[in-house]
Parts: sequence; C-alpha cells; structure tokens
Amino acid sequence: MDFGPYLLLASLEGAVGAAVLALTAVGLSLVFGVMRVVNVAHGEFYMIGAVVAWFVATTVGTHPALGFIAALIVAPLVAAIIAIAADRLVLKRVNYDPEATIVATIGILYIIQQAALMGYGPEARPVEPPFNHRIALPWYDFQAGEWFYPWGLGTTSYKLFVIAAAIVLLLGFWALMTRTKVGLIMRATQLDWDMAQAFGIPVDRVYALVFGFGAALAALAAVLIVPIQQAHYLMGGDPLLLSFIVVIIGGLGSVRGTVVAAILIGMSDGIISVFFTPTLAKIIATMVVALVLVFRPQGLFGTKAA
Amino acid sequence: MSAAQKSLALHLGLIGGLFALAFILPTYHHGNFARIMVLATYAIGYNVLFGYTGLLSLGHAMFFAAGMYGMGLAMQYGGVPALPALFLGIIAATILAAVVAVLALRTIGVAFMIVTLMFAQTGFLTILYFGEWTRGDEGFVLQQKVRQIAGLDLSDPMTRYLAAWVLFSVALLATARMMHVAFGGVLVAIRENEERTRMLGYNVFAHKFAAVVISGAIAGAAGAAYGLLFGYVGATFASVQYSIFPLLWVLLGGAGTTIGPFIGALFMFYLIDYSSGLTSAYMLIAGVALVLLTLFARAGIAGEIKRRWAPWLP
Repeated sequence: MDFGPYLLLASLEGAVGAAVLALTAVGLSLVFGVMRVVNVAHGEFYMIGAVVAWFVATTVGTHPALGFIAALIVAPLVAAIIAIAADRLVLKRVNYDPEATIVATIGILYIIQQAALMGYGPEARPVEPPFNHRIALPWYDFQAGEWFYPWGLGTTSYKLFVIAAAIVLLLGFWALMTRTKVGLIMRATQLDWDMAQAFGIPVDRVYALVFGFGAALAALAAVLIVPIQQAHYLMGGDPLLLSFIVVIIGGLGSVRGTVVAAILIGMSDGIISVFFTPTLAKIIATMVVALVLVFRPQGLFGTKAA
Repeated sequence: MSAAQKSLALHLGLIGGLFALAFILPTYHHGNFARIMVLATYAIGYNVLFGYTGLLSLGHAMFFAAGMYGMGLAMQYGGVPALPALFLGIIAATILAAVVAVLALRTIGVAFMIVTLMFAQTGFLTILYFGEWTRGDEGFVLQQKVRQIAGLDLSDPMTRYLAAWVLFSVALLATARMMHVAFGGVLVAIRENEERTRMLGYNVFAHKFAAVVISGAIAGAAGAAYGLLFGYVGATFASVQYSIFPLLWVLLGGAGTTIGPFIGALFMFYLIDYSSGLTSAYMLIAGVALVLLTLFARAGIAGEIKRRWAPWLP
C-alpha cells in the first residue's frame, strides 16, 4: 500500500480510538473538575463497562443488536452504582482530601480489578458487534487519474458507528452541562463549593452524582469499543493512562480542552502506533505529558488563573 | 532512659532479633525474611520521601528498577563483578533520582504524584521497548557463579539472609541517624509547613532535592540487592504495582516512623503470601488494605502505637 492510503487507514483507526478516549477522558475530567478528585480507579469503571457488556450480550443472546442495546443501558448503570457506592463509603469519609482520595482510589482500583478476575476470569472474551459490514474505501490515483480501491484500505460500518455515537454522546453531554438545570448545578458546585451549598445545593448528592456519571461515561465508552477489542480484567490500564494524559494536556478540569486533547492524542496515538510500535507511542506520550505538567501545569489549553 | 536511648535500644534490638532469627527460622520463613528485609529497605527509602518529607511519590518503582537493571545489565553484558555492579546500580538510581527531582519538584501535591507516576511509566515502557537487552517482562536470570562477593556465594540461603540483614541494618540506622540530626528536622518541618520553613530561611528546594535523591538511592540499593540476592532481573519490578507496594507498606507500618516500613513490609508480605495460596486475586488484599488504612488508620501500626502508648517512638 502507498503512503497516502496507509495514512488514511491509520487516521481512521486513530479516530475510533480518539472517539472512545474522548468519552472516557471527559468522565475523568468532570470528576476532577467538580470534585477535585483524581480518580485512579477510572480505568476500572471502563473495564466494568466492557465486562458487563459481555455478560449482558451472552445472557440476552438472541440477536447481537439486542444484547448491545441492553448493554448500552445496563453497563453504565452498573458502573454508576458501584461508583456511587465507592463515593459514599470511602471518598466522602476521607472528606475528599486529595492525597487520601488518590490512595483510596488506588485501593478501589485493585478491589474492582481483582473482583473482576475472580468473577469473570483471566480470559479475554469478544463481544459480537450489532452490525459489521466491511466498507472498502476508494483512493485517487494521480498517475492514472482515476479512483480505485487499494487492497486492505477499508473500515467497517461498526467503526464508523462508534465515531458517530461518540460525537452524539459528547454533544449530549455538552447540552446537559450547558442547557439543563442539572448541568447548572454541577457547574455551580465546580465554581464554588461553599457558595453552592449556601444556595441550598445538596453538594453531597451532586458529588455522588458526578462520580457516578463520570464512571458511567467510561463504561459507555467501553461498551462501544468492546466489539472491536475484547473484554479483559486488565483492560483498564491503558485507557486510564491515556485519559490522564488527555486531561492533563487539555488542562485539568476543562471539559472543552479535554475533548480537543482527546482527539489530538487519540489520533496521534493511532497514527504513531501504525507507523511505529505502540510502546514507542506510549513512551513519547507519557514523557510529553509529564513535561507538560512540569512546565505548563495549567495544560496546553488551560488559562493561568485556575 | 531518654527518648534517644530508647530508640537506639529499639533499633539495635530489632537488628539483633533479626540476626538471631537467621539461625532459628525454618527454611521457608528464612527465605521469606531475607526477601522482607530487602523489601523493607525499599520501604525505608520510600519513607524518607513520603513519611518524613511529606511528598507522595507514585513512581518509586523506577528507582528500584534502575538499581536492579543498573546492576543486572552491568553484570550480564559488561561482565562486571557483583560488588562493583551493586554500586553501579545505586549510582544509576541516584542519577535518575536527581534528574526526576529537578523536574518533578517544580510541581506540588497531586501534580507531583502524577508526574512521578508518568516518569515511572515511561521508565517501565522504556525497559519493555529495549526488550532485546532487558528481556522485558520475561526478565533474565543472573547465574549463580557470578553472584559472589569476596568469595561468598550469595545464592546460599544463610549468606543471602545475612547480606539482606546488613543492607537493612545499614539503611535503618542511617535513616534513624538522619532523622536525629538537624537535616531530618528540616524535612519534617517541610512536611508540616513548607511556607513557614521557607520563611525561617531554610532552602526548601535543596532539602526536598536531597530527600528525593536519598530516597531514590536507598530504593535503588534495595533493587540492586534484590536482583543480586535472588538472581533475577525483570520489568515487573518497574511496573506500577511496585510503586504502590512501598506506599502500602509504609502506610500500613506507619509513615514517618523508623520501624514502620519494616512492620508494614512484614505484615503485607505474609498477608499476600497467605492469600495467594487461596486465590489468584491476591492483589485484592492490597486494595482492601489501602482503602481501610485511608479510612480508619491513617497513622499505620507504628503510628497508632506511638499515639497511644509510646510517644517516644522514633
């Protein structure tokens, strides 16, 4: 394959990754923005989403689409309930002290991960996509002056659906945050916790809601990706790392910056992974993010006053 | 007895007790204790930064691994004898700690944790990337014939135990001494109130820098010794899990106490050893312990003893 079609293929793979990453990272960013909690267990909620999707898909079992739709509803709910329980039982009791919450969420990470190992097992299991048509993509041959279909250049309808679904969900999230009362309450809590409480906003309940909502977003992202990847109890590590990178590059707590950074990081991760090794891509990304945190703690897109 | 005499007696008692155990313990626990003493040394290094200086690092595995690989690669490919290789490992960890300190100390609080985590992750991935030499997750074995210092065979259980004992004793006494002199006092002052310490005219950055380097060097010494004594060098020791372990040990044993790291490593080692016999999901214990400690016993075992019964505890 020539360089051009190859790059297009890499960009498509990158776009799928970016779409899922944006959803996961927005969840992490929301939790950090509103609660000032660095949720190290975020990747495990992603894993819960994938594992629950597998359970639902195998239980419903009539048509893959039916199982998929059921998973889209059940998986985020399960993740949200576990997250809210974690918030009530642990995070609230340490008063959201930054260092204590990090240590506690590391603990929650291991509890969820190891519980999945016991309940679900060490195998990686596939989930059948609801639909999956191969779509060959054309490429313009400048020398011959005509369109043709290079061998191997193609995608599937499901991958395009993932990108579209992520865009719809992100727009929905944006509308929720800016156009509804719930969003207003969340933003008010983010801006000034004390003042929000003084105005009668039940900050406790908002925190639980936000933590659950953040987890649900990660689980949704996993339900979308699990027909392409497989469900595995250790799958939470990579999305956690990438989400961290995205949230930091985008500016801690800024949702808009997070989406921009997710597209940037997801695309470049996909493209670098195709041309070089995934390990090298991750080394570069982690190193860059550490240096961004050191030299530009407000993020690349954040403003200084934070 | 004054507090200083009591703490000296405690440290010498612990060291003496561990020496006596070398000749008493049954084979299985004898091996475990050798391992625990090396891991406790790692925890002592971690405690210098976390317990005394108040800086929570989530990336100490990189120093442990730098020591281990600095030693292991020099022996495997450079043909360096064991003792110089051990020092090469410590030097490698010290240099890495200095570089990390210069960069990471520009950040504070949560950002410091994430930066150290990211650096450690970069280190782990770099080890995987150069898998041709490091053998990645698989690791490599150091042959028994090269694991000798001055004719002593380090693969022999008794020699190994005593080598681990020497390492642990030196680390324990050195840090106990460090916390006794003015330098240690400044570290604690930084932990309690950084701004006020600066106001009093202390160079906060220089002290924090020294704390990171000392902490990294001790962690590196533990890593190098672990590789040398147990004859195995692998990327697992650079993974996130090995950054979490020292945090867990120190939290469990008691952050900011001299004997806390040993107590924590001892308890956790046996807890995980016991539960891994029951289930493959033994890290569940680590998770539950972390959550329970943050909820109910922030001071850890030695910290609680100090608070309730023995305020003199160092």
